[in-house]
Amino acid sequence: MRLLKLVPDNTNIDFLRWRTIAFAISTLLIAASIAVLAVKGLNYGVDFAGGQMVRVTFQQPPQLEDLRQRISGLGHGEASVQEFGSPREISIRMPLPEGGEEGANRAASDMRRALTQAYPGVRVDAVETVSGKVSEELVWAGGLALLLAMVGVTIYIWFRFEWQFGVGALFSLFHDVTITLGFFALTQMEFDLNVVAALLTLIGYSLNDTIVIYDRIRENLRKYRKMEIGSLINLSVNETLSRTIATNFAMLLALGSLFFLGPDVIFSFTAALLISVIIGTYSTAYIAAPWLIWLKVTSDSFLPKDPVSRAERGPRNENYDGAKV
Amino acid sequence: MLDFPRWKIWAVTLTLIVGVWYAIPSLLPERMAQQLPPWLGPQISLGLDLAGGSHLLLEAETGGVARQRLENMEDIVRREMRSARIEIGELSTSDNRLSFLVRNPAQVQEALTLVRAQSQPAGLTGQPDWDVRVADGNRISMTQTGAGLSAAVDQAMDVARDVIDRRINALGTLEPTIIRQGSSRIVVQVPGLQDPEALKALIGRTARLEFKLVDLTATPEQLQSGRAPVGSQILPYPEGGATGRIAVQRRAIITGDQIADAQQGFDQTSGAPVVTIRFDGTGSRRFARVTQENVGRPFAIILDNIVLSAPNIREPILGGAAEIEGSFTVETANALAISLRSGRLPVDLTVVEERTVGPDLGKESIQKGAIAMAIGSLLVLIFMIATYGRFGIYADIAILLNVALILGIMAIMNATLTLPGLAGFILTVGAAVDANVIINERIREEQRRGRNVMQAVEHGYKEAQSAIFDANVTNVIAGALLFYFGSGPVRGFAVVLMIGIVTSVFTAVTVTRMFVSIWLRKRPKELVI
Repeated sequence: MRLLKLVPDNTNIDFLRWRTIAFAISTLLIAASIAVLAVKGLNYGVDFAGGQMVRVTFQQPPQLEDLRQRISGLGHGEASVQEFGSPREISIRMPLPEGGEEGANRAASDMRRALTQAYPGVRVDAVETVSGKVSEELVWAGGLALLLAMVGVTIYIWFRFEWQFGVGALFSLFHDVTITLGFFALTQMEFDLNVVAALLTLIGYSLNDTIVIYDRIRENLRKYRKMEIGSLINLSVNETLSRTIATNFAMLLALGSLFFLGPDVIFSFTAALLISVIIGTYSTAYIAAPWLIWLKVTSDSFLPKDPVSRAERGPRNENYDGAKV
Repeated sequence: MLDFPRWKIWAVTLTLIVGVWYAIPSLLPERMAQQLPPWLGPQISLGLDLAGGSHLLLEAETGGVARQRLENMEDIVRREMRSARIEIGELSTSDNRLSFLVRNPAQVQEALTLVRAQSQPAGLTGQPDWDVRVADGNRISMTQTGAGLSAAVDQAMDVARDVIDRRINALGTLEPTIIRQGSSRIVVQVPGLQDPEALKALIGRTARLEFKLVDLTATPEQLQSGRAPVGSQILPYPEGGATGRIAVQRRAIITGDQIADAQQGFDQTSGAPVVTIRFDGTGSRRFARVTQENVGRPFAIILDNIVLSAPNIREPILGGAAEIEGSFTVETANALAISLRSGRLPVDLTVVEERTVGPDLGKESIQKGAIAMAIGSLLVLIFMIATYGRFGIYADIAILLNVALILGIMAIMNATLTLPGLAGFILTVGAAVDANVIINERIREEQRRGRNVMQAVEHGYKEAQSAIFDANVTNVIAGALLFYFGSGPVRGFAVVLMIGIVTSVFTAVTVTRMFVSIWLRKRPKELVI
């Protein structure tokens, strides 16, 4: 039986040769993302912007402009109307209605009535109303949780590896999250709580990738004490390449089928995950690992911590077999 | 590698059996799952975003609690001082403070003792709920302390929760979840409900019912300006006259607390829907006495500070029953009857967040999602076998067991699976796949280095462990922080993530190692991987 091998054995690709170019591209992408975020901003869903969102399924695809005017004519503010998956499924966004709860109720029931009158057989699938206060809190709680999770993880990596690794991981997370956010700002895809869940998944996934390579770098640092750091990282990336490709391929298989066949509700969610798998893989090799060179990681960091002081024994112990830890 | 002792095999197998057992109901279609005997455990509950239903977040207007306490304290102070024959004046309330003057300086000390007796330790803090001070020799001021206020709010919220529970249960077959959130919020979740407007009308109403005598001395100018005569107040009266306002006495004849029963009915003459109420014993007696004394004068029926009607008392009402008219439909009259029966809300509640997902949408989503996930998983499983052969099969079994274990543990913990939870699910299954890939790639590597089957497998597992361990611990740390600091959906994600990390490490490392060690007992000469 011949087994599938996506990557040939013993590859020796000089990944780090392009690290300056990659870094330049990444810096550009981050700058561009921040710029787009500043200029266009995210298209917040009702979760974060407050307001009312009604999702409707029509019998026949309606004229969007006609529908928009009909709803704006109700006097509850300008409606924004958008296709949601198929031309028959429409999501209608309204600004936060005046008059608090009663206003929201009135706006919702007016809309329901107007729709059933104009388009017989229409079905209201979902209504979401979020007040300004709650949406503000959701932004805060979500942002805080995300930030703390990133910091907490960095600290752990610092303890388990070395501070350089912590910084590298944090920077690569920052890189991934910023570019994904930039993508959402650029496409103006709706940014809601489900996308935050996708971002969390992205963080988890990107970390997973980063740690697998870091683990190999740590191992090789112990094993090959005299190897120059650049070649050592190249070796580590090459050694883990087949794993990187296999895992990410499996992930793409699963996410791809969700993306193409899954329900529309999770469309932006799976889109975010797909992008993040690609960015995460790239950033591990070109962001997380090169940072170690810039921050000057040496094998001294991973000398065995014996009660015997290092100074006595000297920084290098050539007989030490790093493979057995 | 061979040291996988028998007891360990049994322990692992037993864990797997228990987990899978509890997962069985969740893996079956709903119709079949409902016919299962109850000892098989419950089906995992789906969040409203997946199953359809209504989610309401209610926030209390806590300022009302402070005002209410102040009003109550005012009544108490007046009553206590009257019975102790202490003359007081200039009683005023503002913000959180009640202050009054004791006319006779000699009585200040006595008044102070009486007032201090009203202050009680607030909650568990031990701090007094009122701060009593004397100023200018004879002015006594009482300020609500923060501890007192928050204890009162806490109590009011508990009562509000129960009231909402009673009201929703009066609607019948719904299976609501009603829980307090934070200090001043209540979450109401009702699965399967598509149009929550009736529900909102029902639970959003404070239902403070009061009967008060109409103050006929008020002039039209006073009504217009909203400045009431002493001892009276001006309330909106939408159906009454040109001004739409009416003056009533502050003191209520009777309040909703004295209602024994409320039912929706029809008016005998007009046939319009009305709400008929029956007072309890003390309520009936009091109502009878007041109506006897005030024949010919009008009284106002007030609901949540709006006057519904102001009929004349034609004869003393001795039967302890009354009829509330208003422009009701049968539904609104019924809703009001339920609200009155279940008691008034001690705080005003407003809906600050509402999410309703139609059951059809939820069902479609689940169906499409399930198909997509099944195809995706199948592709991954095939890929693993194609890449790692025998060890791919082991990995696949481990991944399937992982899914079953997550579902089983969630069912045992009674956790809810939401859309973000599904994201956590995908992530952890991804982590399980990855752990297997790391191990198997490492075995390949070791084989290339010329190690024999036994050594390659042994080293593969050993060397892969630190990467798997670190990767998963970081995810647990992230999950724990997200759970602690995040809200609703983020938490749903974190719960599944933490459960999934544990099960995926268990299945990807321990369970596959068990399979491998059993296989290695046959002393295989060759391993194709």
